[in-house]
Amino acid sequence: MLKSRELFMISSACVFGILLVAINFADRFVTQLPENAKIVPMDLDSEFKLIAAAYASVVAPRVGKFDLGRAATKKEVAAWNRDISPDGTGLPVGSGDAIDGEEIFSERCAFCHGDFAEGLDNWPELAGGLDTLADEDPVKTVGSYWPYLSTTWDYVKRSMPFGYAQSLTDDEVYATVAYILYSNDLIDEDFVLSNESFFDVEMPNTNGFIIDDRKIAESHFWNKNVCMSDCKNEVKIIMRAAVLDVTPEDEES
Amino acid sequence: MADNFSDKKPSRRQFLAGAAALGTGATTAGSLSASDDDPLITEVQEWAQITGDGVDATPYGLPIEFEKDVVRRNVGWLTADTISSINFSPIHALDGTITPQGCAFERHHSGAIELRKEDYRLMINGLVDQELVFTYEDLERFPREQHVYFCECAANTGMEWAGAQLNGVQFTHGMIHNMEYVGVPLRTLLNEAGLNAAGDLKGKWIFVEGADASSNGRSIPMEKALDDVLVAFKANGEALRKEHGYPVRLVVPGWEGNMWVKWLRRVEVMDAPVESREETSKYTDTLADGISRKWTWAMDAKSVVTSPSPQSPISHGKGPLVISGLAWSGRGAVTRVDITIDGGKNWHEARLAQPGTKMALTRFYLDVEWNGVEMFLQSRAHDETGYVQPSKEELRKVRGLNSIYHNNCIQTWWIKSNGEVENVEIS
Repeated sequence: MLKSRELFMISSACVFGILLVAINFADRFVTQLPENAKIVPMDLDSEFKLIAAAYASVVAPRVGKFDLGRAATKKEVAAWNRDISPDGTGLPVGSGDAIDGEEIFSERCAFCHGDFAEGLDNWPELAGGLDTLADEDPVKTVGSYWPYLSTTWDYVKRSMPFGYAQSLTDDEVYATVAYILYSNDLIDEDFVLSNESFFDVEMPNTNGFIIDDRKIAESHFWNKNVCMSDCKNEVKIIMRAAVLDVTPEDEES
Repeated sequence: MADNFSDKKPSRRQFLAGAAALGTGATTAGSLSASDDDPLITEVQEWAQITGDGVDATPYGLPIEFEKDVVRRNVGWLTADTISSINFSPIHALDGTITPQGCAFERHHSGAIELRKEDYRLMINGLVDQELVFTYEDLERFPREQHVYFCECAANTGMEWAGAQLNGVQFTHGMIHNMEYVGVPLRTLLNEAGLNAAGDLKGKWIFVEGADASSNGRSIPMEKALDDVLVAFKANGEALRKEHGYPVRLVVPGWEGNMWVKWLRRVEVMDAPVESREETSKYTDTLADGISRKWTWAMDAKSVVTSPSPQSPISHGKGPLVISGLAWSGRGAVTRVDITIDGGKNWHEARLAQPGTKMALTRFYLDVEWNGVEMFLQSRAHDETGYVQPSKEELRKVRGLNSIYHNNCIQTWWIKSNGEVENVEIS
């Protein structure tokens, strides 16, 4: 409190000084007042105080809100707030089955993901891979890996098809998701996926995740007593990148 | 990042970045014997006579042509399409710690979009007192902060889990950049919308998404959101580049790059994570038993020798050699880096160019007198939490081979007696 008062006094004094100089200069260079002009006597002292106060309030930082931005409209929020949570929050009313979904999928998705959601080239495979997660080469698909169905719906709706995102209607998304589930043998072909039947579908890997446990499982990496000398006897090459030979070539050479 | 590291297709030839051509460097510049007169000195050179470019020749400059090989590169077999892919910063050829924007790695999920400042909108919605929309101009009116932070893709070094694979530090460790950001703390914007509606903030989340087709939505715990997350619009003094999220990106210090949402358009306050595609099917780390870790956001302490390295071989022969590298930690500042030249038998403390700062790259050096002996060069970072960068073997013991992400293992470079360098694994 004392400090800000001090600052206020100092800045007031400065502003006063500047104004004094300014007026002095201005006085010399302004044109003469017209003869019939009336000079109004001013209380200069209080005028300066007011100006000084105005400057001081400019440099004082704002506390609390800045009153920037504007209220979002309901329609705006609805347009962007499309995320779907695992508990179904955000899921719109609608439905679709794998039969309709197959048609959509072959037209809009199969170009990358293959007719049976098996994934072409390096594009993601969406089906298969059940019980492979502990294998040497796990196959991670919607069926084998994705823990929540909401994630699939959310992603298909917001980010797919690749190159023309957000172009599927809600019913088309239900149908497409149904086809992906069907490709994973997670639903029968006549199952109608809807906001109501959504949680009848069981995702095989729902319980396949743990929350980051590095601080416990890897607590031995927090080790200040590292070995600095004579730490091992022998060093042998056990693998070479040049032998594998998968590094991109330099375009220059 | 990359969708399938195990499905790789080998390229045709070996990449040695001219190491063999350079050899021991007998004829390269700087190696002339004392008795020879150097014509570069004794003869008047063209550039000392004629004039150079005027100040109007280059309104915005690119590096001189002689540096044209210092560029981002990508690995074709890694992803199906360059639109949803990654490239790598040329860290073998950089020094200091700041990554120039023009060669800082890019990762897109639906390509780099062009979004004008005039068309930019940022929405804050969900559990807030007043849902708000900001324009770009609005953001520039909030108090700003400036910080240097590294951004590392969670998949950096991901191709090396199963063994030494890519022969170049650009490819093994180049999914990283380090920039000086200016922006508004996210907490300021959240306070502007008001968090009373969220009630107890413990256990609350935000969901952030971008304006591009992928939207790349991610959930971030409120504690982090209110701590050091920055809504950034400037990097290294100038506007963000298109490929890094122009005009506005999120900066999430120390945490995996995927959370640094580009073209940031929405922040939603929520009472639970969304469990989006990028935080369930991707950016989760599968352990040997098939169980996967999720929410592994912090990037553990890591370091690598950037030179000498396969793309930056020793070309000058025996004598003084500068060993240089980068170290960083997503949990705080780097406090120390150890270097071994004999594959881990003996370690030496490196010289930090500057004291480490939180969640930013630290440059280290070890100045040695190389006698041409074959070396197995490694570096080992320590951070302020006491964490020490583990060996690949130690990491695999806990995580197996299929984690893809968060590989912060110690890297080994095999320096041959002719100065060539190769990525290897050692016992």
